[in-house]
Amino acid sequence: MDRRRFLLKSSGALAGGLLLPGVFSSASGESLPAGAVESGILDALPGKLPLIKRSFRPPNYETPVSYYRHAFTPNDAFYVRWHVGVPEIARADWKLRISGPGVKSEREFTYETLRRKFKMTEVAAVNQCSGNRRGLFSPHVPGVQWGYGAMGNAVWRGVRLKDVLEDAGLSATALEVVGNGAESPALTAPDFVKSLPMWKALDPDTLIAFEMNGEPLPKWNGFPARLVVPGWTATYWIKSVVELTVSDKPFDGFWMKTAYRVPKGMFGSSGFESQDTEQNSPITAIKVNSLVVDPAPGAVLARGRRAEVLGIAWDGGSGVRNVEVSLDGGANWRDAKLGRDLGRYSWRQWQFAIKPEQAGTMTLMARAHARDGSTQVDALVFNPAGYHHNVVQKVDYHVA
Amino acid sequence: MLLRKAVCAAILVAGTVLPLLASGADETSLRLADGAGLDRVQSYCSMCHSLDYILMNSPFQDKAGWEKTVNKMVKVMGAPLPAEDVATVVGYLDSHYGKDSSAPANP
Repeated sequence: MDRRRFLLKSSGALAGGLLLPGVFSSASGESLPAGAVESGILDALPGKLPLIKRSFRPPNYETPVSYYRHAFTPNDAFYVRWHVGVPEIARADWKLRISGPGVKSEREFTYETLRRKFKMTEVAAVNQCSGNRRGLFSPHVPGVQWGYGAMGNAVWRGVRLKDVLEDAGLSATALEVVGNGAESPALTAPDFVKSLPMWKALDPDTLIAFEMNGEPLPKWNGFPARLVVPGWTATYWIKSVVELTVSDKPFDGFWMKTAYRVPKGMFGSSGFESQDTEQNSPITAIKVNSLVVDPAPGAVLARGRRAEVLGIAWDGGSGVRNVEVSLDGGANWRDAKLGRDLGRYSWRQWQFAIKPEQAGTMTLMARAHARDGSTQVDALVFNPAGYHHNVVQKVDYHVA
Repeated sequence: MLLRKAVCAAILVAGTVLPLLASGADETSLRLADGAGLDRVQSYCSMCHSLDYILMNSPFQDKAGWEKTVNKMVKVMGAPLPAEDVATVVGYLDSHYGKDSSAPANP
């Protein structure tokens, strides 16, 4: 679809009622903090469509839910999340350095040499910020007050991290792969650096990606290359990656040791034992989740007329088994029709036909089940950093 | 540009109450409540981030919550806020953006 047609289509979708969390009142009673609603204006970064601005500096911009009608989130509607300023890097100047006690020989690649030396591959995967839906926590917790839109689905294309690491040669003591991006922190704040366990770094779906959805990565999303860690939250998907260090001991930087943590055992095992402590674990795999995309919550439906509810569902990589919908407060559930399977790390579109017969409020609930047997929760699993919000959504429509 | 205007108009048509803006807005458009300590907030907090971080994180933090946040900014993130100004900044945030603050979040 060309850009103009896409925009026209999008503005049509907006006319139907833009879904801005906090603006509508959901049946779940969840809403963003009042200050986040007021300051969450629509604003367009250069090269991006108007997105929901959470903060100007560093730029944190959320995708309006209406864009999730697309199987793959358009690059110019894809959310933006930075801890500090966005690096400006010319492709010709970019280099990726591989070093550390866990490799046999150091390597340095340019954009061209990296692409030429290794086989290019691609994976469809959801990229979801760890704090997606944090703003809907009750009670609220401090942080970027994201609604539903700190995520996107894309086809990522690049080289396998595994191939690059094996080219440098891994020593028997290799424990974690530590990724650093080109951005520098303000003042003396800790640099944003994240590590992966070897098994995840060596997963054939973990990439150093140059492209999303067939285009070079926008600078807002990690140009010229970023890590793609399918199934894990986006904190590990280091943008504008310039340095990979294979360590022989657990990396203890602030963003691993202190931040991005969940209470031990609250969400099952982390799969990242070298980073677990007695008290907590790093947030890792995305929890099974779903989202109603259309009609937007609060939409007016015509009584006696059939309407198609569209949504998406995803998890951390086992794949979506089924999505159920309830129209009676959770007493009875019926399966939604799943769309095409685009890969186990991609989200899956679903649809469900309704025909409201009574005027008034109609509440729809949607619940996804993953192939690993996990399902969405009925009540929030509260944790202080505001992660893993996958409460079954309740959406009110007005039937008239 | 015409399309962007159309998008904004469409939202207005949908009747949602949104603080809309034209493109090209930046952090200079942010307004915080007047009060003792605002100058400290503007000088120190905005060294590293725009002040919408304060707006969006309101009004749900109590004084202890804001104190924790300010201390994190100083001790972890390196904000060079002088020790004698910490109480002023916490007081400002609590008065205007605190949990029971009656002041509008974004006047």
